[in-house]
Amino acid sequence: MSGTAVHSLWTMAAPAADKIPAPKIEYTQLSPVLIVFGAAVVGILVEAFLPRKSRYLGQIAVSVIGLAAAFAAVVALAARGYGTTKAHVAAMGAVAVDGPALFLQGTILLVGLVAVFTFAERRLDPKAHGRKVDSFAAQGSAVPGGDAEKAAVKAGFTTTEVFPLLLFAVGGMLIFPAASDLLTLFVALEVFSLPLYLLCALARRRRFMSQEAAMKYFLLGAFSSAFLLFGIALLYGYAGTVSYSGIAAVVDGTAKMTPALAATTGNDALLLIGTAMVAMGLLFKVGAVPFHMWTPDVYQGAPTPVTGFMAAATKVAAFGALLRLLYVVLPGMRWDWRPVMWGVAILTMLVGAIVAVTQTDVKRLLAYSSIAHAGFILAGVIATTPDGVSSVLFYLAAYSFVTLGAFAVVTLVRDAGGEATHLSHWAGLGRRSPLVAAVFAVFLLAFAGIPLTSGFAGKFAVFKAAAQGGAMPLVIVGVLSSAIAAFFYIRVIVLMFFSEPKPDGPTVAVPSAWTSTAIGIGVAVTLALGVMPQYFLDLADKAGVFVR
Amino acid sequence: MNPVNYLYLAALLFTIGAAGVLIRRNAIIVFMCVELMLNACNLAFVTFSRMHGNLDGQIIAFFTMVVAAAEVVVGLAIIVTMFRSRHSASVDDANLMKL
Repeated sequence: MSGTAVHSLWTMAAPAADKIPAPKIEYTQLSPVLIVFGAAVVGILVEAFLPRKSRYLGQIAVSVIGLAAAFAAVVALAARGYGTTKAHVAAMGAVAVDGPALFLQGTILLVGLVAVFTFAERRLDPKAHGRKVDSFAAQGSAVPGGDAEKAAVKAGFTTTEVFPLLLFAVGGMLIFPAASDLLTLFVALEVFSLPLYLLCALARRRRFMSQEAAMKYFLLGAFSSAFLLFGIALLYGYAGTVSYSGIAAVVDGTAKMTPALAATTGNDALLLIGTAMVAMGLLFKVGAVPFHMWTPDVYQGAPTPVTGFMAAATKVAAFGALLRLLYVVLPGMRWDWRPVMWGVAILTMLVGAIVAVTQTDVKRLLAYSSIAHAGFILAGVIATTPDGVSSVLFYLAAYSFVTLGAFAVVTLVRDAGGEATHLSHWAGLGRRSPLVAAVFAVFLLAFAGIPLTSGFAGKFAVFKAAAQGGAMPLVIVGVLSSAIAAFFYIRVIVLMFFSEPKPDGPTVAVPSAWTSTAIGIGVAVTLALGVMPQYFLDLADKAGVFVR
Repeated sequence: MNPVNYLYLAALLFTIGAAGVLIRRNAIIVFMCVELMLNACNLAFVTFSRMHGNLDGQIIAFFTMVVAAAEVVVGLAIIVTMFRSRHSASVDDANLMKL
């Protein structure tokens, strides 16, 4: 046997290289996400190479410029018609560029921008060793109260890493509602969750509580994402693909049958259990009952600026993903998921509103109120009409700014131990500092859904969509729980304005321009969306069509 | 061997992991149980990949591994910080916040 013959026994000529098509990535259409991740990486470099003194301003500049540029990119894409006529699925079927995606991305970017302002606040905490400090731990790894922490505070360390962490979280949140296959969905979920877990652990005051919140959030979050992943595995097993359009085609019965597909599609258990588990993972993120247990603890323990960001942006991203899943992938089996979602929505609205009545801590109160709001938004999701989509989009935009503003106000009311979050401390706040109390009252009225605030316009849109979608009982439960919720919002207002201030009560710190701007934007958006919602409702209406 | 058996194994591993998360009290062990659940998902992905004769599932398994590694980095950081400040990794001791 000759040498070449022996050689050919276990080798062969390489196949022609041109048979593998190169993936096509539409960089322009993905630019919002790419800009934010780019800014996050630059933030890491700032952290590595800039001297400590200049990091704070450097990080703020990078974050603000990155988020603003990404928002400009979103607006440019929308102006060029990617939200309506040119909507399509980019990046080899991984990321959708369509109306709902662009609308939610714009909202998340603005929320992120305002959150950067609240993160940057350095006037509220008393100066440590003559240096201004923010609400984040001097050194996250130092033991609370230990020598390392004292040394870190004395040396004037600050955790400027929070800005790149926020940017990474925002980047993941941008992909989450646009994800057009289940793998992208899962990766985006982790990309935005992991930075949030870390941010929760970084409070300057009450560090035990903060670390505890982070651990609870992390363990439960990882648990729920494992459920999501197993659900994805089952859906993949059912449909043989993870792309949304592919699964939708198999569910509708329009896909091309292969023998393997014929074997698995006969098994409805794969589809039903898979759907349930994926929905479970998403409902955990939006904080719907019975997956809401983490919400109050995490909201209470996390540093308040982080709570505001998390409460607003996570909800927007997760509801976006839930909408896309239910409207694009699973419309063919809505008779299966609607009854379950009905139950979840009713439970969420009632439990959120009723348990909130018993709360004595402002942050926990707002946490339960956010659960109730998740229920209201779910009512719009269940409508399964185009109006359902646009009303949910509008509600999310309105709600996120109210939440950010409300938590920003919470950072202002302080006593010697940091923020005074116990409700009894808030008694008589309206007499002591009428402006802050009035601003907080505006946010509470918006939460309650009083006319001329964005909360009313949002609730009206959502309930109208639900009623037209044939979910009248949901609307009745929604209005009832709104009434219960209004009771405790009004109670806080009464407490602030009509009771005597305590002599040893908290003081209201005068914030720097950062927090003032954040609260100002919150009030402005709340009133603007309340007084003239039509323009924004039309915008949401135009953005309300998913691409498949 | 019938690939469906691997699916039963995946479901079993997932259930063991989920039960462990609910029963065990040490945060590290709870976390290991979560990792077990992720590995069960991987097994399911690879098995379905074989049944459907396409490679999607195998590629997803790689992504899951990377995500699990990232999760370990963040999770261990949080759990270790917690342990250093409290000298306990028990999830029952984390009870500062209650209704």
